[in-house]
Amino acid sequence: MEYFTQQLINGLTLGSIYGLIAIGYTMVYGIIGMINFAHGDIFMVGSFIALIVITALGLTVSTGLGLTILALILVLVSAMVIASVFGWTIERLAYRPLRGSFRLAPLITAIGISIVLQNYIQISQGARVKPLQPIISGGYTLMQESAEDGGFIVQISNMQILIIVTTVILMTIFSLIIARTSLGRAQRACEQDRKMASLLGINVDRTISMTFVMGAALAAVAGLMFLLYYGVIDFFIGFVAGVKAFTAAVLGGIGSLPGAMLGGLLIGLIETFWSAYFSVEYKDVAAFSMLAIVLIFLPQGLLGKPEVEKV
Amino acid sequence: MAISEQTPASSGRHLDAKKVAKDLLVTALLATGIFGSTIAFKTVTAAGGLALVTRFDVAFYVIAAVVIGRLLLWLVFWSKPAGPQKSFLPESAKAGYQALLTKIGKGFAPTILLFALVFPFLPFTDRYLLDLGILVLTYVMLGWGLNIVVGLAGLLDLGYVAFYAIGAYSYALLAHYFGFSFWMCLPLAGILAAFWGIILGFPVLRLRGDYLAIVTLAFGEIIRIVLLNWYQFTGGPDGLSGIPRPSFFGITFKRGVEGNFADVFGLDYSTTHRIIFLYFLILVLALITNFVTNRLRRLPIGRAWEALREDEIACRSLGLNTTSVKLTAFAIGAMFAGFAGSFFATRQGFISPESFTFIESALILAIVVLGGMGSQIGVVIASIAMIGGFEVFREAEQYRMLIFGFAMVFIMIWRPRGLISTRIPSIFLKEKKKVSSDMVAQGEGH
Repeated sequence: MEYFTQQLINGLTLGSIYGLIAIGYTMVYGIIGMINFAHGDIFMVGSFIALIVITALGLTVSTGLGLTILALILVLVSAMVIASVFGWTIERLAYRPLRGSFRLAPLITAIGISIVLQNYIQISQGARVKPLQPIISGGYTLMQESAEDGGFIVQISNMQILIIVTTVILMTIFSLIIARTSLGRAQRACEQDRKMASLLGINVDRTISMTFVMGAALAAVAGLMFLLYYGVIDFFIGFVAGVKAFTAAVLGGIGSLPGAMLGGLLIGLIETFWSAYFSVEYKDVAAFSMLAIVLIFLPQGLLGKPEVEKV
Repeated sequence: MAISEQTPASSGRHLDAKKVAKDLLVTALLATGIFGSTIAFKTVTAAGGLALVTRFDVAFYVIAAVVIGRLLLWLVFWSKPAGPQKSFLPESAKAGYQALLTKIGKGFAPTILLFALVFPFLPFTDRYLLDLGILVLTYVMLGWGLNIVVGLAGLLDLGYVAFYAIGAYSYALLAHYFGFSFWMCLPLAGILAAFWGIILGFPVLRLRGDYLAIVTLAFGEIIRIVLLNWYQFTGGPDGLSGIPRPSFFGITFKRGVEGNFADVFGLDYSTTHRIIFLYFLILVLALITNFVTNRLRRLPIGRAWEALREDEIACRSLGLNTTSVKLTAFAIGAMFAGFAGSFFATRQGFISPESFTFIESALILAIVVLGGMGSQIGVVIASIAMIGGFEVFREAEQYRMLIFGFAMVFIMIWRPRGLISTRIPSIFLKEKKKVSSDMVAQGEGH
């Protein structure tokens, strides 16, 4: 039971990270019906930028609490801004010229951009893994097994609390943006019918750009979380994380924001429990098989709308 | 960088200075954001953690290059007057040019084939060029195989390399555990790959295009992870070595063996014989792929594939069993990948999961799409361009993949329909007519 609870906490933390990336996939797919294959790499770029800013600020575990929080906010904002610049530029250069072209074209450029980003970071930042000393330490003990059962301690670290709380806050903010602001209304309109939206005076191109910017910003947040949680990054983390986050988006129902978050949590939990109870080597297989199973039995996802086939 | 509108300057060759300046400013800002962050600062491992290295000069040069490049684009390309372009050529010359193109197009395939046949015996062909030729032909074969799935049936497969891996591992393992020869394993590898194609395809082929793409990608990764972790059986990351080399229908190429190839044919022993044999082997395999594909296109099943690609709902209404039609495309595509895989294993003599990463799938798909989906000759051109391009940039090892990625993006934007974007229908009523690919709704994949 204690072991289970611990894995639950770990899984939720990992799931929050996947959920944040999945939102980018789900929003882009919802609006332009395209798998933004480079999204996982934006996440990777975000985490590298976070690493650069953290190193530049000289943040260590001995920095005082107030200063750490201030610094982390600065890191978060800069990673979000720079990743947004990446996201916007990529959309402008590689996807917009192909809008209205046949469906495979933007997917191919997305794969191209993904290759470009990985190799660009490999060249500019080096191919080796980057270790980061832990910045936030400490935590709380929630439960403790009696000594005769092995004395297993269930802990939630401050890091995990930070990740989960940040995710919840960001999710709330973004849900409000989608639900309340004019940008969100424009996005929902574009999702339903792009042509009609443009006839009603919505700048469709701008709305799509903003969607990419929002997705990239959230991916950058996930990148920072990943960096702080695991403490090791390299230029290749985006690929696997990207596929898993896409799985999460599909699992939750593509186009649905709460669905993406739910899917992310589920994928995180599946992966963690699989590693804990079966084998670590095959954790990716578990996540990928999940994708196939969901698509076969529940193609519209958990919270998605069933698709109507039009002739 | 195509950041602003592509049709600037209302009339005349004059540029709107204000607009250009604004655009350049935006470009500069974006470039600063992108390169000023990731090139100007680099984290390096230092004593007691990480340290920053700054390279402001490099970042500055890159930003300057981007801005100047953008300015040149404005001056050279985007300063033309709007409206229809005046052609310098009279209509008759244009028609002649078209006719010439058609003639060249007709003669192109036989010329290439002839060249491929005599290539190993040309005076300038050395070991390096032969190896390169084998590599190109391997990708041509893979491209033709994938063309059945993507180009004809319109199913987007991002995990094609999995079947390539299955073919390679089938041969290596059968040879390793049972001592089967290459000629026994070649058909077996194809059958096994096709079998896996059916197993993997059966549950997922009901899915729509993009979903299918991501599931096939997941399958490709699953196969790779299993190969990587099943240490006792597949050798894991160490791979399998000592895979037997092929024989010339039972006659070995080994040095100093009684009755080897050189001995039987009364030639002086040379290691090149084996390479030339491999070259012709893959050439024949590739041509078989092409031949089978072209024949299949004329059969009911091939027509069903193309019909399915154009409109799945119409197909279903007309009583086609879409699942079995898709499944045959998937299995036949997988079978050719299996053949190619077992050829790859025997050529290399060593295989490991390293050779079957996603990037291979992306490369094969890029060859098919850039060549123009469904076009057989396009695959050849794209393979030569891609693999040849790779070789040209061999010097710039580090930058090779970066250039490859940019090339993929650039070619796709330049010609979204691929290099060969017109096609001749497989069946026709009275006369063959070329169809511009803008007219066909292919590649929708649903």
